[in-house]
Amino acid sequence: MHLLLAPVRWLMHLIGVPLGWVQRTFGMGGMAAVFLAPNLLVFSVFIVFPIGVNVWYSFTGGAALFPAGRVFVGTEQYDLLLACDSYLDPFSCRQDRFWKGVHNTAFFVVAQVAAMVAAALITALVLNREIRGRGFWRAVFFFPVLLSPVVVGLMWKWILLRDGALNALLVSLGYQRIEFLTDPQWAMFWVIFVSVWAHLGFYALILLAGLQAIPHDVYEAAKMDGTPAMRVFWRITLPLLWPTMLVVLVLASIRAVQVFDDAYVLTGGGPGTATFFIVQYIYETGFAGAARNLGLAAAASMLMALVLVVLTLAQLGITAWRDRQEGKR
Amino acid sequence: MKQFMTAAAVTLTAATFATGAWAQAKTDVRIMWYSDGVEGQVIRELAGRFNQANPDINIVIDEIAFPALVQTLPVQLASGQGPDIARVVDLPGLAPHFLDLRPLVKDPAYWDANFGAFLPVMRPAGSNAITGYMTQVTVTGPFINKTLFEQAKVPLPGPKATWDEWAAAVKKVADATKTPIPLAIDRSGHRVAGPMISYGAKWFGADGRPAVTDEGFRKMAKRLVDWHNDGTMSKSLWGSVSGRTYRGANEEFNNGQVVMYMSGSWQIGQFATQIKDAFDWVAVPTPCGDVTCSPMPGGAGLVAIKYTKNPQQVARVMDYLASEPVLREFYERTLFLPAHKGIAEKGLNFRTDVQHVKDALSTFAAQVPTISPDAFRINSYPLQTQVFGAVITRLGQAVAGELPLEQAYARIDEDIANALKEAGR
Repeated sequence: MHLLLAPVRWLMHLIGVPLGWVQRTFGMGGMAAVFLAPNLLVFSVFIVFPIGVNVWYSFTGGAALFPAGRVFVGTEQYDLLLACDSYLDPFSCRQDRFWKGVHNTAFFVVAQVAAMVAAALITALVLNREIRGRGFWRAVFFFPVLLSPVVVGLMWKWILLRDGALNALLVSLGYQRIEFLTDPQWAMFWVIFVSVWAHLGFYALILLAGLQAIPHDVYEAAKMDGTPAMRVFWRITLPLLWPTMLVVLVLASIRAVQVFDDAYVLTGGGPGTATFFIVQYIYETGFAGAARNLGLAAAASMLMALVLVVLTLAQLGITAWRDRQEGKR
Repeated sequence: MKQFMTAAAVTLTAATFATGAWAQAKTDVRIMWYSDGVEGQVIRELAGRFNQANPDINIVIDEIAFPALVQTLPVQLASGQGPDIARVVDLPGLAPHFLDLRPLVKDPAYWDANFGAFLPVMRPAGSNAITGYMTQVTVTGPFINKTLFEQAKVPLPGPKATWDEWAAAVKKVADATKTPIPLAIDRSGHRVAGPMISYGAKWFGADGRPAVTDEGFRKMAKRLVDWHNDGTMSKSLWGSVSGRTYRGANEEFNNGQVVMYMSGSWQIGQFATQIKDAFDWVAVPTPCGDVTCSPMPGGAGLVAIKYTKNPQQVARVMDYLASEPVLREFYERTLFLPAHKGIAEKGLNFRTDVQHVKDALSTFAAQVPTISPDAFRINSYPLQTQVFGAVITRLGQAVAGELPLEQAYARIDEDIANALKEAGR
């Protein structure tokens, strides 16, 4: 055994040589910085540097692609984006499409997150029961999460087109065709529905884990007391699941603010601007077609980043609060 | 045995080096290409023949979807990158990135004589550069499903019929035959520009700057919105998406769901191969407005990119592809209208047995003299995409019912002013 371990010991000794040098050079405190350096380098190159470039672009104008060729315009791009008679009426704003995107995104976040949390909770409650083929059903609900957003968008588009599968079904049952994608209300409904369908499995899984973490003896005590099922849900399940639901709420909100890919493929932002969201505004302003306004797109993305920072801080706060609550128990 | 192994190793090494040296001597010339119809297949075959005859050059055709080309090529060019050669539609906008082939091609006089009419659109203002040639000249115009007209027993409007007369006729046909889309116009600024010019739109003011929403423009814009409201046009094109997104109705036309489809000559090849004998389709002369009956000119050019590392080889490839026999075969097989003066004068024997394909080509060719100078002017304007982008975006909103036309006009003017300001910094 001693002989067998010898190569391992020799290898450890070999690794110890550079590590010893690092420790002598940077001290014990500096070791952490050295270990973190590669990750920090990647983080800086791919996250911090692009953010810095984006901030610079948001204060510049012109058609040049590279920062050096761009003209400094101060806060002009922000002024243009924020110039409104009333923020409640997008068409009173100079950049009306940006504000239409803000309004649509706000509506989408409220409606989609509410629908998502409700649907994910119901799904998790059902999947948490002792039903036949539980593993299979869990896989079924999770499967859409694995699909590419473009595939999701295209698939539902083919279903919802004027001559799509759903209208064919309606006509075969004797009903009139419905213009699902050219009617503003229907289009928004389907964007929300498809988004919930595509992401439901992920949030249901988190809630399922939360449900399974609730101590079983609490339910047994309630059963012995003869507590009705609805009362068990409102008085035991929901309060104990609440910290997990808050995390789901914040994660779903962050994802909802970023809505773009599947919705863009499904409706292209239309009809008109009925399903036009902030990310599509940024994409079209900065990248689509030959007329690129990188400065305006960068400023819009900075404003959107502010919203995401607030939501992320909320999530971090909730997570810390939940940890404290669990520590108390 | 040892001697044998040594000899084998030496032979293998020599062969490897020889192959490597041969491979290194071969220069890749990359062409970024998109296809509307069969031209991708044709250019590959032509490139293959060149590669066989020129072992030192390897033409590589990188075929990508048109929207991807429109989005990626300008960014590549702005960063000093890109292919060696590209097939481009936005010729005036990207002209500063094109390579001047004049000192590199074998016979500049041949290029001037045969492509001279189109070269000014393909080069930066004020230069006499030869940057490439047009792979096709296009003319916008409508196609109709003649079978539906016959089934509905509605006579075809005459050659000088107005847009209003055509709109009434196709609505009648669609109602009689239960066809879902009476009239479809591509969701593209270029496609509505011709009808607008026919109603008197000038696009530019006296100062030479864009002045878009004049009386002629408004006459056609109002018709566009009214036709969507009364069911002559389906909202599935103009009303279904947002912004400057392009939408065509070629698939719907192929499937017999459209009575009249306003698109252009580049669709002929595709219709010939996809519709076959499912129904009779014909190209009809451009409908008239109050002022004229103008289509829009257009086309795609094959241009050399100035960031290439192999300008000599690029020039040899361009000389080959632009040579008369090669280009003649290209036009004849793709059913594209020729942009080569010599070939156009001698005439082409388009390789199709289908009579209505030949008729459609003749109809479009006959439209060329009717193109208004205003149409040529807006088509060669370097910021054309910004102007057309604003038009589609705002008229799309008006069609969807979320913006009254008067507000849409004001927004179009403001969007264009912002774009010009940004481009002029």
